[in-house]
Amino acid sequence: MRKLTIKRPSLRALTLPGLSFVLAMFFGALLIAFSDSTVLKHIGHPVTFIKSAGVAIWQSYLALFEGSVYNPSLAKPHDALLSWYPLSETLVTAAPLILAGLSVALAFRAGLFNIGAQGQFIFGSIAASYVGFAFHMPIGIHVVVAVLAAIIAGAIWGGLVGLLKARTGSHEVIVTIMLNYVALYFLMWLLGTTRFLRPGRRDPISPDVLPSARMPHLAGDNYRVNLGIFVALATAAFVWWLLSRSTWGFRFRAVGANAAAAKTAGISVPFVMTAVMAISGGLAGLGGAVHVLGSDFSLTSGTAGNFGFDAITVALLGRAKPMGVVFASLLFGALRAGGGTMQANTNTPIDIVLVIQALVVLFIAAPSVVKWVFRLKNLKTTGELTAKGWNG
Amino acid sequence: MSLELRGISKSFGALLANDSIDLRVETGEIHAILGENGAGKSTLMNIVYGLVAPDKGEILVDDVVKNIKEPSDALASGIGMVHQHFMLVPVFTVAENIVLGHEKSGFAGILDLNEARERIKKVSDQFNFDVNPDDLIEGLPVGVQQRVEIIRALIYDAKVLILDEPTAVLTPQETDDLLKIMKQLKEDGTSIIFITHKLREVKAVADRITIIRRGKVVGTASPDASQNELASLMVGREVELAPDKGAHAIGDVVLKVEGLTIRDAVGRALVNNVNFEVKAGEVLAIAGVQGNGQSEVARSMVNLEEHVEGSIILDGSEVIGKSVRESLHAGIAFVPESRELDGLIGSMAIAENLILDLHDLPPYAKGIQMSPSVVLAEAEKRKEEFDIRLQSVNDPVSSLSGGNKQKVVLARELSRPVKLLVASQPTRGLDVGSIEFVHKRILEERDAGRAVLLFSTELDEVLALADRIAVMYRGEILAIVPSGVTAQELGLLMAGVVHA
Repeated sequence: MRKLTIKRPSLRALTLPGLSFVLAMFFGALLIAFSDSTVLKHIGHPVTFIKSAGVAIWQSYLALFEGSVYNPSLAKPHDALLSWYPLSETLVTAAPLILAGLSVALAFRAGLFNIGAQGQFIFGSIAASYVGFAFHMPIGIHVVVAVLAAIIAGAIWGGLVGLLKARTGSHEVIVTIMLNYVALYFLMWLLGTTRFLRPGRRDPISPDVLPSARMPHLAGDNYRVNLGIFVALATAAFVWWLLSRSTWGFRFRAVGANAAAAKTAGISVPFVMTAVMAISGGLAGLGGAVHVLGSDFSLTSGTAGNFGFDAITVALLGRAKPMGVVFASLLFGALRAGGGTMQANTNTPIDIVLVIQALVVLFIAAPSVVKWVFRLKNLKTTGELTAKGWNG
Repeated sequence: MSLELRGISKSFGALLANDSIDLRVETGEIHAILGENGAGKSTLMNIVYGLVAPDKGEILVDDVVKNIKEPSDALASGIGMVHQHFMLVPVFTVAENIVLGHEKSGFAGILDLNEARERIKKVSDQFNFDVNPDDLIEGLPVGVQQRVEIIRALIYDAKVLILDEPTAVLTPQETDDLLKIMKQLKEDGTSIIFITHKLREVKAVADRITIIRRGKVVGTASPDASQNELASLMVGREVELAPDKGAHAIGDVVLKVEGLTIRDAVGRALVNNVNFEVKAGEVLAIAGVQGNGQSEVARSMVNLEEHVEGSIILDGSEVIGKSVRESLHAGIAFVPESRELDGLIGSMAIAENLILDLHDLPPYAKGIQMSPSVVLAEAEKRKEEFDIRLQSVNDPVSSLSGGNKQKVVLARELSRPVKLLVASQPTRGLDVGSIEFVHKRILEERDAGRAVLLFSTELDEVLALADRIAVMYRGEILAIVPSGVTAQELGLLMAGVVHA
């Protein structure tokens, strides 16, 4: 039987992100070569120059791989599996990013540009960690309650944006940007209060969440990889179902693609805006929970890192599709995890990773560059991104 | 100046848009090119104007082969074009738009518009265009903007003027003015290629008519041919232009509108104290020039307007105050004025567009889980019933032609239990075949005992379908007249003239 929303096997959808990544790696390689002082010493001798540049590039990208997937030198005689430790790190970074990315992607599909995943992530982290360190509950139940608290906190913070847009027409981009600041400074204020400040510490850090509230490890205590990655994958499946199989998702997509027609057909646009932003916020909040309960365990002012902003990049890279977001997040998780190793083992600074990330997005946003470089004619470049501009 | 096309062919992928077309336009002739949407008229003209390169064929001006690769080559050969969508900068003045690309500057690089102003005045006076070079484009009515385009072509010495569907955007009055201008230009020696699918206009001004169907010239005709003959040539089969209304029973009042006043956000009345009623089995047409409040009245029937006063009683119960959804489910089918903007979600599948209104109700959904197979099956059923020509119901609705898009809208709106059909400009921009279908369908609804409220700016459509005609002018209903009224009388009413 034919299905409604599954289009033709869409390998073609991967063409643009894939080629963009290849192109970004190419420019990254040039940067590695030209920023390496030992390589630059040979600039007068073309043959040695190219040789040493090749070595530098190979070593850097090898280190990137060894830092993110598999590193044989980590294996111990009694535990050969330890060489997979970097993969665990990649998954730990990817899990919260998948969730925050899904948050942005869902809003995209409904025509809303949620820049506020960062703030929603922060509120999720606050709620999860507070429930995690301030209450005593049985193992199992504790982690569930903490996660639910995070979802609700994120949903309120996001839903507020939708409500404001539906009621007053305020643009969600402006509101979410501002609410990100509010969330960040609220967190910093909280960390100064006695309720949140870890006893005996003067720098802003909260107590660790109790063991009963932590995400269980998946591969023993040697690896940080935890249930969070499965939570993230299950949530991606849920978001796929929501968007392509549920009546709510149908409405979200309808409003996202043409709000006027959706309204004319009797769909309540204000309700959809509020619901989308609440669910979107809940997803980012869940990301915060997975981060705090899975790997960080305590709150600091830098808890959210760059997750909420990388989420935007990941959603773009993943064409606002749940599977796309998963793959993009795994890629970014790997780049982040591997970047540290690369910096430590070679002359290449971790900033190269950021450049590669930025270039990937740049090429996706400018598909004609990719088309030109790879001589593609029929590359489909219109995606599912339906967020509107300022006048939308 | 004469223009001749020999064996012009052009294909886009598998589609043969122009198939060895021969055409000759004599000096001082109005040559109409008649064809349905998608017949290849616009492609042909874009080739002549240098916007599209032909695969084969040549263009001769005054019997000399010209190599036209770009619009500037066309202009240099004396060919000018007025596009269907104007190429004007809205925030510039008339003069600024006309010099665009040919600016002259004076001392210290300051733009010198004096010469342009004088030439615009001269052309404007010669043909009674009534165009002021210093008016801003965005403040001008569409008809005047079009004249600016014509002036631009004339100033750059066009001897052959291509008008691409020039009346599509005009009111009946503006259309009459344009036809007059075309005749004046012709007397002045300008050749005109008039692209259109409107038969009445062709008969009014054309000297010769070439009919194009599926990229081929299928015949030439003189303006003496009847509208039915022309339409049959254009569509390729017999066409019923004036649908047979037949006898039908008129029943009780279904819709009663009293004291309807609609204001804009700052409180100005766009619609002022409008009263009318529609009975079962009756078509009430609300005619009027675009922008006299009809759109707002239409939208208020399903509560899409804010700031509404008065009452709209459907079958004994008040509509105002309900949500859009409740209004639709109370028994109103609503065909909005713009299919693309308000009727359909272009990027969503045809099947999904067919159930936009019912997507969360059984059998299309169980709880919040949708049933894709039921949605697909229903789409296949409606595709047959409404003769929607498509490749797959999974394709985005934007891939359909205008006529098929409108069929999707009709198929959706008529599959709920309907007491009242509100159709706003239901055939705007459609080709003859689709217009015929939509008209038939509207009359079928009427014959089945539904009340029909038709909003139209097309005189022919109003006269063909309506049992009674209400004419709106500046937000008020000027008169409600029986269907026996003549086009002239109706035209005058639409211009706001009431007989003493």
